[in-house]
Parts: sequence; C-alpha cells; structure tokens
Amino acid sequence: MSITIVYTIATLSIIGTAAAVILYFVAQKFKVFEDPRIDQVEEALPSANCGGCGYAGCRAFAEACVKASDLGNLNCPVGGNETMNDVASLLGLEAVKKDPRVAYIRCNGTCDHRPKTSNFDGATTCAISASVYSGESDCEFGCLGHGDCVDSCEFDAIDLRAGMGVPLILDDKCVACGACVEACPKDLIELRKKFPKNRKIVVACRNEAKGGVARKACKVACIGCGKCEKECKFDAITIVNNLAFIDSDKCKLCRKCVAVCPTNAIIELNFPPRKIKVVEKKENSTA
Amino acid sequence: MNKLLTVSPSPHVHTNDTTQKIMYRVVYAMLPVLVWSVFVFGLDALRVTLIAVVATLAFEYLIQKYLIKIKPTITDGSALITGILLSFNVPSNLPWWIIVIGALAAVGIGKLSFGGLGANIFNPALVGRVFLLISFPVQMTSWPVNTQSGVDAVTAATPLGVIKESILNGVPISDIIGKLPSPVDMLIGNIGGSLGEISAILIIIGGLYMLWKKVITWHIPVAVIGTVAVIASIFWLINPEVYINPVYHLLTGGLMLGAVFMATDMVTSPMTPKGQIIFGVGIGVITISIRLFGSYPEGISFAILIMNAFTPLINNYVKPKRFGGKQ
Amino acid sequence: MLKTFKLGGVHPPENKLSADKKIEILPIPKTVFIPVAQHIGAPATPTVKRGDEVKVGQIIAKSSSFVSTNIHSSVSGKVKKVDLSGDSSGYSKQGIFIDVSGDEWIEDIDRSENLVKEFDLDGRKIVQKIQDAGIVGLGGATFPTHVKLVPPKGMKAEVLLINGVECEPYLTSDHRLMLEKGDEILVGTQILMKAMNVEKAVIGIENNKPDAIKLLSEKVKNYKGLSVVALKVQYPQGGEKQLINAVTGKEVPSGGLPIAVGAVVSNVGTAFAVYEAIQKNKPLFERVVTITGKGVANPSNFKVRIGTATTELIEAAGGLPENTGKVISGGPMMGRAIASLDIPVTKGTSGILLMPEQESVRGDYISCIRCSRCVSVCPMGLEPYLLMTLGEKHVFDRLEDEKVMDCIECGSCSYTCPSNRPLLDYIRFGKAKVGQIMRSRKK
Repeated sequence: MSITIVYTIATLSIIGTAAAVILYFVAQKFKVFEDPRIDQVEEALPSANCGGCGYAGCRAFAEACVKASDLGNLNCPVGGNETMNDVASLLGLEAVKKDPRVAYIRCNGTCDHRPKTSNFDGATTCAISASVYSGESDCEFGCLGHGDCVDSCEFDAIDLRAGMGVPLILDDKCVACGACVEACPKDLIELRKKFPKNRKIVVACRNEAKGGVARKACKVACIGCGKCEKECKFDAITIVNNLAFIDSDKCKLCRKCVAVCPTNAIIELNFPPRKIKVVEKKENSTA
Repeated sequence: MNKLLTVSPSPHVHTNDTTQKIMYRVVYAMLPVLVWSVFVFGLDALRVTLIAVVATLAFEYLIQKYLIKIKPTITDGSALITGILLSFNVPSNLPWWIIVIGALAAVGIGKLSFGGLGANIFNPALVGRVFLLISFPVQMTSWPVNTQSGVDAVTAATPLGVIKESILNGVPISDIIGKLPSPVDMLIGNIGGSLGEISAILIIIGGLYMLWKKVITWHIPVAVIGTVAVIASIFWLINPEVYINPVYHLLTGGLMLGAVFMATDMVTSPMTPKGQIIFGVGIGVITISIRLFGSYPEGISFAILIMNAFTPLINNYVKPKRFGGKQ
Repeated sequence: MLKTFKLGGVHPPENKLSADKKIEILPIPKTVFIPVAQHIGAPATPTVKRGDEVKVGQIIAKSSSFVSTNIHSSVSGKVKKVDLSGDSSGYSKQGIFIDVSGDEWIEDIDRSENLVKEFDLDGRKIVQKIQDAGIVGLGGATFPTHVKLVPPKGMKAEVLLINGVECEPYLTSDHRLMLEKGDEILVGTQILMKAMNVEKAVIGIENNKPDAIKLLSEKVKNYKGLSVVALKVQYPQGGEKQLINAVTGKEVPSGGLPIAVGAVVSNVGTAFAVYEAIQKNKPLFERVVTITGKGVANPSNFKVRIGTATTELIEAAGGLPENTGKVISGGPMMGRAIASLDIPVTKGTSGILLMPEQESVRGDYISCIRCSRCVSVCPMGLEPYLLMTLGEKHVFDRLEDEKVMDCIECGSCSYTCPSNRPLLDYIRFGKAKVGQIMRSRKK
C-alpha cells in the first residue's frame, strides 16, 4: 500500500518539476516587454472605456500617452483637467489645459411644438428610421425620438423623457465623450463649452429650410430671421442656410438673443428664473 | 385627411404564419401519441400529462412574472410542448411530486435560465427528463406493464432493458428473444415504456403531419434513424448472438420519439440542412454507442443533449450555400 | 418543370387586382413637380429658370456626369420655380415646378401610334440617343440604361434578358404593357441587342401571366434571336441576379455585376421606352403606373406624365379609401412607404399601392425561435437571423464576413419570419454601415 503512495508522490513530483522547467523557458522565450508606466497611467484614468478620447479604450489611450512626447492632442474628456494633470505628472510631461465641454441638443421639437404627420412602424432605432424617411413630422432635420443617443450613452446622461419626443442632456452626468454625437443620424448633438452651473444658451433647431416651411413644420423652428445676429454684441451668432448658430466660445450668456427670438428657437437652460424685468423686456421686443 | 399614414421599411406584407401556430401544430402532431398512451396505460397517463403541462405552464408564468419580471409568454405554446414532451419521457406511474420537480428543471434550468424561448441551448423537456433520470433512477426506470397484456400494477423492464441485461451478463440473444415483444407489437405500441415512446407508427404519423405542415424538415429524423439503423445492422451482421436485430433498436425505446419530436426542436437544432444532417448523424452515433457499450439501456436523451451543445458550433461552421459563392 | 432560380424564394399572395384593366391615359395635371434626381447617380443640373416657357419633351435638366441622365419636361407651360421639395423619402430634393398650359410637344416627336420596325442606327448612336432621351431602368432601380449598355473593358455581353417577371404582388404595369405594346417591346429589345452587339435575347415572364406569355411567344417568331421563357411564380424572380439564374442557370459572382456572366438585364418598360426614344424620338417623360389596393374603387393602370402628384392618381382611381393606413410607392415587398401624397410620380414609380389600416401595422415581434425559415427563403443564401443579430449588436466586421453586402433587400426573410422580426430593417442598417466602412477603407 505504502509503496503505491511513494510511487504516486514521485511521479507527480517529476511531472510537476518538468512542467515548471518547461514553463520557465517558455515564459522567458515569449516574454513581452511592456512599459510599466502604461499600467500606472491606466490606473489614473477613469476606466470608463467610453472611447471619448478617440482611442479604443483606456488601455489604448494610456499606451498613446506613454508614447507621446507632448499631451497637446491627448485628452480624456471624462477625467478632465485633473486626470490629465495626474497623467502628465506620471510621465513628466506638461498637461494642456482644456475647457470642459458638454453635449448640446439642437432640437426642441417636442410633440406639442411639432405636429406628427405620420407614424413610423419599424425597428425603433433612429438610424433605421432615418434611412427609411425623414421622420414622423414635417421637419426633416429634427429629432426622431427613438433614442439612439440614449442607448449610446455609457453614463446615463441622456433622458429620453418618455412622450416628449426629444431627449434631454443631464449636464451633471455628461462627460462629453461624444458617443451620442456619433450615434445621432440627424447630427443634432454637438459638444460645446461647458459654462459655470451648466448654463446653456442654444439655438435648439437644425432646420435649414426657408422660414415659412420650417415654421409650418415646427412652432419653435429657427426661421433664419437674423434678429439674434443683430442683437448679439459679441459677434457670437451667425446665420448660415436659414439657421442661426451660436459660437459658445464667444457667447457671454447675456441672454439677449433668447429674448428677441420670435419663434423661441433659442433656449436657455439651467438659468435662475427671470425676474419681472425680463418679462417687460420681452414685451418691448415684441411690441 | 386626419388619420396619419404609417411609414415603415419594406416589406409591407407578411405571411400569416406565426410562431404560435407552429407551436400548436407540434401539439396537434403529438395528440395521437397521447391518446394511445391513455389507451394503453389508462388514466394514469392522462394524470402524468396533465400534471406535467400544468406544472410547466405554472413555473413559466411564476418565474417570468415574479423572478425575471417580464410579461409571461405562456400562450406562445412552447411551454405546452415542453410539458407534453416531459410527460412523454416518463413512466405513467411516476409520483406527482417527481413530475413537478422535472417540470421545474425543464422550465427553470432548461429554458428560462438561458433567456427564455429561442435562447435555450438544450431541449428543455430533455433537461427535465435527464434531471429526473439521474436524481430518481428507480422511479424513472420502473415501468408499469402494459394493461393490454392483462396484468395490472406490476412493473417490468422495457425491451431495451432486457437487451442491455443480456449484453451485460453475456446471455446470448437467442435466449432472450422470446421474452421480447414482436416487431408488430412494437410498431403499434403494444409494449411497456415511457408514455410517448411506445407506438412507433403514431410517432411517424405525427412526424409526417409536421413535415406536411412544414414545421420540420426530413433531415434530422432521417439522419438519426438512418445512422442508428446502419450502425446497428453492422454490429448485428458481425455477431447476431451479442448484438440484436436492428429492428429492435429502431422500434424500442425513445429513438422514434427523440428523432421526430425532440431532436427536431427548432431552437436547439442547427439552421442549415447540411448542419441538420451532421446533427442527426451525431445523435445516431451517440445513441447507438450508449445502447451497445454504455451502462444505460437507452441513450437518445443524452445523445440529443450532447448534440444540442454542438449546435452553435455547427451553425458557426456550416454555412448555407451562398449565391454566387465559390462553386 | 418551369424554370426558376435555385436558392430560396417565397410566394406571397399575388393580388393582381388590375391585371385586366387596359392602360388609360391620365389627364394632364395643372402643375407638376419634376425632381432632378430620379435615377441612381449624380442629380441632373437644371437648365431652366423661373418664368421660362417649356414644351413637352424639352430638356429641363442636363445630365451632370456619365452616371446621370437628362430630365425632360413632361408638360408644356411656364416654370413656376426651381426649388426644394420632399421626395418619396421625405427629404428635400431639388426639382422643377411647372404650371401647365395646353399640351404642346416639341416638333421632333412622332406622335403617331403606328409601329415602326426598321432602324438603321449603329450601336454607338443608339446608346447616345438612349442617353439623350434620359432612359433609366424602369423596373424600379432607375439605373441609367446607357451605362448598362457599355460593358466595362474586357467584358462582353452574350445575352440580353428582358425582365417581364413582375414578381411583386399587386403590380400589373409591365403585364399590361406586354399585352398592349408587345411589338413595340420586341422592337425595343432588338434595338438594345444591336446597341450591345448581342445575338440573343430572352424575355422572362412568370407563369401567372399566361396571356402575355402566349402573345409574346407568338410575336417573337417574327423577330430574329428572340425567345420567351415561362418561369415558375416565385418572388424575387425579378431581381437581376435571380432572373439570370432562372433563365441561364448561371450565378453572378458575389460582389460582381451581371456582365461577369455575360448577361445584361433590362425591364420590359425600359425596352418600350427605348423603342419610343429611337423610333419616335420621344424622350422618357411618361410611364405606366399601377394604382391599386384592396380598398381602391378602380384599381387601374395609367399612363402618367412624370411629375404628377400621387393624389391625382388616387383621385383617378376612385379616391382615397376611408381606411387607408399606408401608401406605398412601388410593390409591397420592396416599395417605399410614403408619408405625403404630394410626392410626384418619377421614372422609377411602377405603382402606387394603398394598404388598408389593418394591414399597415406590423405589430410586435417576439424572440427568434431559430426555425431557419429565413435561411431557407433567402435567395442569396445568407443567414438573415444572424445578420439581424449582428446588426443589432453593431458587429460590423463580422457582418462583412457573413456577406451582408450580397443582400438584395428583397424582404423574403422579414416576410416569412413567424416571429414577425424586423430582419431586413437591421440587415439594411448593417449593410449601410458596412458599406461606409468599406468605402472609408478604400480611401
């Protein structure tokens, strides 16, 4: 009996030793050198793997950072300046300060603003709907409301607002990774400057049709009248193709354009409610 | 016009066929077999079937509603098929609580844990049956004697059991052939066994009905039965004293039931005709191997489950003939 | 045994309600909107401006590149404006609005009905004339015909297939044309044969049109190199690749053009348009359109001027039925549902189909039960269930390996799916994405 045990122990030991020796040599042979800083940089990143930096994930971004000689073109929008400072100090490089950005939706064609003129019955994704036809309303530029952006968002930063027809960006959660920008087949979402307290002023319309056509399709369409362009003291507004565009880098959030817009196509978000003074101003401007 | 037009991608017409209709056609195909089992085993057979069906439906409803919290889909007919098939695979004198456990294994483990209809890898009814076979081997392998032969409430081995005994104990076939029912009795179903497996002819009729209604294609049943017939014949020709006539292999046990009703389950079988033939041949080979060389008398359920596991692989490698592809 | 294509296919209810209705001429509307992009390829460039007087048959937009065609005025009158308006997809496209006055044709056009059989132009001149006349494939694909007639270098056409299959349910415009303009189609076919320098032409007709088969089989005896083949009724036999397979038994290689197996396919409508262009100097400005549907009072076949609004057609067929839920431009399998009835008839409009409400909505879909019907009906030998899943999950590299680009979007898979899954929706989406990826890779 005992001799069996001895044999067993002996055989197993020999096999074990042989395997260990083989493993050692194989490991030596196939050793891959990897810069240890890649791991350190990856540690510093938010590991959301969202792709907002333009790389396939945090690891790929970390590799790019380690290889780069300066960080000017590399930015992790999720971590922001803080993370990039950490990365820079790890690599002994200089971080380039970038303004934080946030997603803006350029459509406000909710169901009460934009009458439905047909029903879409197919796979409920925006991409498929957009390839079939222009959409359920007469506005061929507006939001389709099936929520491809919501599905694309890894951070739950977009709320489809059931029944409203147009989603809403939850600014606190948005990290400006840009996934929704890619996902929207109507090109309605844009990354722009993030203002203090998430304040936003945006031309919530993409309709390039002539004023009358646009207005007929949607009550809050930009008709390209140019009032806002004249009103703006900072040259932040330009009109191209019957459509106003606010340059967020020049905008000072004075909100004058909001007041003059005859169709309420320019909207303000996250501002404190206006005082009575503002209402008077509105009356003046319409008078 | 105040009504809105609907816009959808083409095509704008759709066949009248629905998944539900397909499922109920399978149920219709199984009815003759069920009726025969009631005729042979008496109301006990009906009792087993009813318990199995009610239990599978109930478990599907309860699990979907309260555990995974989705809209229950018990009306689509798939759980009904699972229930009937489970009952077809057990003896008629099985205690009710064992059937309920089997139903739970079938629906819970076999189907819903994979994601419900269409997502399961293994045939749910067979998962239930094998679960019971391993857990309750005694109850699952004592079959009541066919009431047609006059003796009630006595259990006896199935023909396959007798054959297995002879192989294991080295008894020559000529000594046991007299104990076995005649091929005609086996064809009609005048033998003992699980509820649904006894009458080969009624199973074939059910299969033909499904073939006619385009629920199944011929590939899988023909491949399974053909493989078993070929291999069994070869061994029989080599040594007829050890290996029995292939007719017994074809007509006894669950081979027909498995080949026609269980291997053809759409969800767990390959998509292409070529793949289906590979699948069927695999089932045939494994079945006959277990019958001839394994310790279980019957192997079709294991064979189907094993080949079910290969289905995704077969689907991945066996592609349909592409139009304009390389000849 | 009747010939048909080898792989897959379905047979939806035919519902050819207007099959015995003679082609009638639709009255000229008061205004027309003629889009400048009615074909595959570059949009034509408008050559008229607001206020210009135009005559029927006059060029109003010029072909802007080789794969493009001329657009001719279908009416006489005054150009109201050149502006954007929604096309069948709902997106705004450029087009020409014309206010109609009278019906004055340009002088070159021979308006008589008599049959002219003889022609003595050489191949190059024929192609040129076809190009000038703005002829495109009238089966629905609207590919410029003159491009098809000039094979790529090193390839030679051996046989011309004339597509009289009309496999789409409901549609009857080709059927009627074959019955009423049989000789003209055959002369047109001979012209096309001469243009391509081929000796043989085969007209494929599905067996649900026995009258057309009989008539044309009689008539082809008077023409050299022509024959008629009766085909088993099977959708999508009208697909180019399927028709070639059905008639010649050859398979167009994956990703290749029909010319790779020496075949060129043209629709019967196109053959008729070619006849008119060469023998009568008449450019393409009108076509036969079927207006049909189960609730339609008078399902009919109309000869319609390009640019006529859909509403006019519907009015002429007895008005819009109360319970209309969907309006389809084209057939029910591959046609496009339209959201507005103002969109005009274009060169590619083969029919207008009004679907009752109860047939308009698809309803919910359930899980795939892997019944493999989509695989068995796919005429291209693809696996639609797999392609849909891959499209849904955005696995585009795998989609390319699974030959998604071979899909002809016939819709047989979605039609046949018992679980009512939107297979083609996702396959089309995947195809578009893979196409984008492939194009960006080439750059």
